[in-house]
Amino acid sequence: MKKVYERNNIAFDMPSPYCPGCGHGVIHRLVIDAIKENRQEDNTIFMAPVGCSILSYTYLDLDVCQPAHGRTPAAATGIKRALPDSLVILYQGDGDLAAIGTAEIIHAANRGENITAIFVNNAIYGMTGGQMAPTTLVGQTATTCPYGRNPKDGQGYPIRVCELLQSLGGVTYAARTSVHSAPNVLKTKKAIQTGIENQMAKKGFSIIEILSACPVNWGMTPEKANQFVANEMIDYYPLGDFKKDGKIIQRSDH
Amino acid sequence: MGEKQLMKGNEAIAEAAIRAGMTCYFGYPITPQNEIPAYMAKHLPKRGGTFIQAESEIAAINMVYGAACTGARAMTSSSSPGISLKQEGISYLVGARLPAVIVNIARGGPGLGNIAPSQADYFQAVKGGGHGDYHMVVYTPETVQEAADLTMKAFDVADEYRNPVLILGDAILGQMMEPLIFKEPSGRKFDKSSWILGNRKGRKSHLINSLSLSEGVVEQWNWELKKKFDLMAGKETMVEEYMTEDADVIFVAYGTSARICRSVVNQARKQGIRTGLIRPITVWPFPSETIAGRAKKTKHFFVVEMSLGQMIEDVRLAVLGNATIHFHGRPGGGVPAEPDIMKQLKEILQS
Repeated sequence: MKKVYERNNIAFDMPSPYCPGCGHGVIHRLVIDAIKENRQEDNTIFMAPVGCSILSYTYLDLDVCQPAHGRTPAAATGIKRALPDSLVILYQGDGDLAAIGTAEIIHAANRGENITAIFVNNAIYGMTGGQMAPTTLVGQTATTCPYGRNPKDGQGYPIRVCELLQSLGGVTYAARTSVHSAPNVLKTKKAIQTGIENQMAKKGFSIIEILSACPVNWGMTPEKANQFVANEMIDYYPLGDFKKDGKIIQRSDH
Repeated sequence: MGEKQLMKGNEAIAEAAIRAGMTCYFGYPITPQNEIPAYMAKHLPKRGGTFIQAESEIAAINMVYGAACTGARAMTSSSSPGISLKQEGISYLVGARLPAVIVNIARGGPGLGNIAPSQADYFQAVKGGGHGDYHMVVYTPETVQEAADLTMKAFDVADEYRNPVLILGDAILGQMMEPLIFKEPSGRKFDKSSWILGNRKGRKSHLINSLSLSEGVVEQWNWELKKKFDLMAGKETMVEEYMTEDADVIFVAYGTSARICRSVVNQARKQGIRTGLIRPITVWPFPSETIAGRAKKTKHFFVVEMSLGQMIEDVRLAVLGNATIHFHGRPGGGVPAEPDIMKQLKEILQS
């Protein structure tokens, strides 16, 4: 029988530490598959964020750097400048990238640092127990917006990161995908591959924003959470390419 | 031996760092240390290194963190308010056991303060500054020559202990020009292959981090750090004694204050006043034993600082009640004047 699928040995043989229905496990798998397919296992430095996926180093057999909350793009800059031929993968959540680390991501992107950013947007702070994130949707509840996020009450608007970064000259590729369904998982895989190819071809900064469910902190079943991504999140965070090969894609979403 | 050159302290620090093999410099503009990033921007890329003007001091120290992960010699510099911003990063460097050199060309504070010389960052430098139990070697050069020499040494000490090292100067040291001769760097090699990231080639994966949620692990890391700090305290203390042998009053001062006190000692000696100077070259580790030894005989210690009095606490601990401690301080960018110190010295002797 022909083997069509097997475990990726970059992941240590251990149970997933993530909650049922969480997107991190799927996204980790897509990232390590892309690393393997490009034969970059020995050349990759994986940047673990502060957030639920901080412990990625305990289950990924890669060289891993774990910097302070939000500072990952700056630390990745230091690594990449010292080792320009290594493959540097940033893995950041919404609080890490779009709140505490906003300055670092904007300037790493603007300098055109030749790195690949995987930005997992699940619209909530997971590890700390479900606080409002910069990407929490209007009306969505969290422990720190218990009555629903209300921009008119001073809680701000959800930040669209791809739209924000696409204008920066150093960004070669910006795309938003989702992992709520199989076809979207495959599209996400393709986008990650593009981001890695760009880095290997020294094209500059790539970001792949991935919409992902957090059933536990959203207070939903995994199935309902995926429906929330499909129905609510994609409505505000449209999928697709925002920038490719350094050219802004004209869109009519908003 | 190289040629004698005339350089600003800031430029001498920058050139010494490049000669010591530093290849990654990250900084952010702040007076009075701007000559360091400017020198790096002009010279470092031509000599094979990387210079980035970061978006903030916070980003700069984290770029240092990243570069240090690869085994590169990395450095950042700033002045007091900017060094406050780097405290998070310094704590992480210690926690992740990463070598790095940080330069503080200190200015008046608190807050935005001014751009005048100050020694008010002593507590921040030697008592932590960032969160957690930690120490780092803190060098306090008195001259441009010593600034260059200690910068070279700082990279070796950082690599030896896998710990950040701080060079604590002030606006006077950074801005003044003095002749100096660059010494040859030590050429010491440090094997970093057991921990650095990148170019893995089949070895086990490496991890640089400072987090563990497993019970007792971080406590254990702290005990290991303590062993390292104890080793540093035992081996890395540097102090100069100047005319202390027969002194009735011993000044304790570092950096710019020590320069001023040395001049007062010279004048006083001409007037037949027996005084001397203990100059800590490292303020962490602090030369407590030297001070304690002298306190057995000399009954007056005169601490001079460009602050409201911070090092005086460590002098008091070293003297342990065996002598009287006097203080002259100028905060907020004030510089002690020799006549004022001399006047106070004479009052001490008459008391």
